[in-house]
Amino acid sequence: MAASKRSTYWYRKRLSFGFIHFGLIVTAFLISSPVLFALIKSTQTTTQIFSYPPTFAIGPAAPENYSIAWRDYHLGKLMFNTFVIAGAVTVGKTLMSLLAALALVYFDFPFKNLLFIFVLITLMMPIPVRIVPLFDLVRSFGWGNTHWALVIPFLASATGVFLFRQHFMSIPGSLVDAARVDGVGPMRFLWQILVPMSMNTVGALAVIQFVYIWNQYLWPLIIIASNEKQMIQIGLKMLTGAGPEGMLNWGVAMAGTIITMLPPLIVFLLLQEQFMRGFALAEEK
Amino acid sequence: MRSKFPNKPLPYILLFPTLALCAIFLYYPVIQTFRLSTYRAILMGLHRKYIGFENYIRLFTSREYIHSLTITFIFAVGVVVLGLSISLAIALLANHKIRGARFYRLLLIWPYALSPAVAGSIWLFLLNPTAGVVNYFMKALFGISPDWLTSGQLALLAVTVAAMWKNLGYNIVFFLAGLQNLPGEILEAAKVDGAGPWTTFWRVTFPLLSPTTFFLLIMNLIYAFFGGFGLIMVMTEGGPNKATNLLIFNLYQDAFRFHKWGLAAAQSVILFIMVVALTLIQFRTTGRRVHYGGQ
Repeated sequence: MAASKRSTYWYRKRLSFGFIHFGLIVTAFLISSPVLFALIKSTQTTTQIFSYPPTFAIGPAAPENYSIAWRDYHLGKLMFNTFVIAGAVTVGKTLMSLLAALALVYFDFPFKNLLFIFVLITLMMPIPVRIVPLFDLVRSFGWGNTHWALVIPFLASATGVFLFRQHFMSIPGSLVDAARVDGVGPMRFLWQILVPMSMNTVGALAVIQFVYIWNQYLWPLIIIASNEKQMIQIGLKMLTGAGPEGMLNWGVAMAGTIITMLPPLIVFLLLQEQFMRGFALAEEK
Repeated sequence: MRSKFPNKPLPYILLFPTLALCAIFLYYPVIQTFRLSTYRAILMGLHRKYIGFENYIRLFTSREYIHSLTITFIFAVGVVVLGLSISLAIALLANHKIRGARFYRLLLIWPYALSPAVAGSIWLFLLNPTAGVVNYFMKALFGISPDWLTSGQLALLAVTVAAMWKNLGYNIVFFLAGLQNLPGEILEAAKVDGAGPWTTFWRVTFPLLSPTTFFLLIMNLIYAFFGGFGLIMVMTEGGPNKATNLLIFNLYQDAFRFHKWGLAAAQSVILFIMVVALTLIQFRTTGRRVHYGGQ
């Protein structure tokens, strides 16, 4: 009796696990299907793309579509620009937030909490709520249509300061005493002890910042006037706007879309463990 | 009490770059936005004239702005309600301890890295009447082939679905994190007491998860107010006939196409008040969590 009961239990459990696997596979497919569709169509010829009923097989036009997007629509150049800018902002933000968090956690000084709140409040100031004066200000510095405009105003990071401060506070205070006994100064303490212990947070922050800067649209659109200095998201609009004959080459447009999405996706996939641990799971503790 | 380094000037030096950039590029422009909102730009923005609250009165008596407010509200409700319920369901499914759970998790959250413009470009293609695949299925299943982006209401629905889809990864990340932080004993106790999965979810899991849900509610509202720009730019440019002219797009047009600086600044102030209100509500209710973004 008992044995048969147990085997039914196992059977049921197996069955429900089967359902969960099935459900997850279907869900993952549904979520990904728009991108999979774009990927397939980016390899097809125009005739295949407009065929009815639609075909879902890989086509022969991938080299052509991707090279047109890369060269004729200058995505290569835009990608390079965006890489340099997103890289510079990510590195700069990380360094500045590390220094600020070091000051906030490992020093005592007047108005400390007030200064932290001063930084934190900037979370409520996304670009659109200050766009007109920011535009004037940045141009008055002579940075209109330059990459300075895309880097300098973005280097301060409330998210970064907050995450590093939170993480540093979770590190035992006895470490500072040990460091001080050994005559280790604050800067060496930061680079040799704190930073190696904070790689999850560094990774999480890098993902958030890189994805944010790479995916920006509004600010580069208004502040950068020349096409060769532009960022890649705005280049996407040229691809999906009507072509010279008024007819859009969807294969090329989807090739360009895939090119545009790849770098932040690769950064995300490489750092996803740190992202999950340092960002979402680690908070509230 | 945590021990500290004794250096006096060093902390200020360390903080200085962050404080200076916050003051110059964040606080100063926000304050200027308030001031600018009381002026009217004349001669394509070359001169300006003080007009007090007239810009605000103009906005709230303008049919166009009220329309923009209304559709932004509809868009936001759609993004929040659809987005949160779908991603919670997916997170519950992905939270089971099964083989390959980490791999599944990755397959579900990767759209986090996509941009609104990329989402717009893909959905523009999916919804295309001749080359897209949506209408192929619509025709096969229901015998209809709607013209998504030329009818106002359908266009609003289309941008809502696209924006919601793009944010699923973000929501699933946080719901999964929230579910994994739930106290296991309570869920276990519910099981022992013979509560079925449905009751357990509504009576135990959902209430315990409410801080995460609330946090995501606010984040999705902020995303709906500010994040849709690239998507609208690529998919509809606010059309057809202003049907998808969200507040952020209206602001962009007034500022950078029509050079109505003062009127645009007043719209920025309205958006700022909305963000402040949402952030305060979120701080009051869920405490220490901060809304993370790229800033």
